[in-house]
Amino acid sequence: MSFGERNNWIYVAVCLISYGIYLAIILGSAQEVPLAEVPYVAPMLWTIGIAIAAMIALSILLSIAAGISAPKECGKQDQRDREIHRFGEYLGLWFVVFGGAAALGMSMAEMDHFWISNELYLAFVLSSVVGSAAKIVAYRRGFQSW
Amino acid sequence: MVRPTKVTNAIRTLRFTHGEMTQADLAERVGVTRQTIIAIEQGRYSPSLEMAFQIARVFNVPLDAVFQYTEEEGDIP
Repeated sequence: MSFGERNNWIYVAVCLISYGIYLAIILGSAQEVPLAEVPYVAPMLWTIGIAIAAMIALSILLSIAAGISAPKECGKQDQRDREIHRFGEYLGLWFVVFGGAAALGMSMAEMDHFWISNELYLAFVLSSVVGSAAKIVAYRRGFQSW
Repeated sequence: MVRPTKVTNAIRTLRFTHGEMTQADLAERVGVTRQTIIAIEQGRYSPSLEMAFQIARVFNVPLDAVFQYTEEEGDIP
């Protein structure tokens, strides 16, 4: 498994786990109050912050492990890695675009901040997960630049 | 994304006829990762024209001795 592919597995896992924790906190709190009144800001910021920190820490650990097992190829990226990265980012970007457009519509409809923030968070998570999953598929099943 | 390529290659054969060159050796000489050489050999990745020329240069053969484009019925000649 290449360095780039391993990094993308980390991104997918961290994104899904952190979003899962956030949903569990929010839905757990919604037992006592209506969902839209659940205090969501702190759990959202904490899970995003912890996810970013976890990604950085795991990437560093992965680099160290890769440096020990295959020093010559450690962190090395070539044309294929860059093309796969670009392809995944392009796919993921669509979720940010649709999420932004949906947030604009929800804002114009004067919906509660809770729903707008959560819709945007979901868009970011989907963008990361779909983009990274597409890169993993491209690494494993093939990617044709021609 | 995962459309099959009609580009085939003889890299594996050429490696063996050139002193049983390893994928790692070829990767180092072309300046790519070993995973990229594996992906090209298995037809999972079509390299750029520049990388294709670099591979051909390593084996000191013309480009079409390394890469072939298989034609199918209905293809424009």
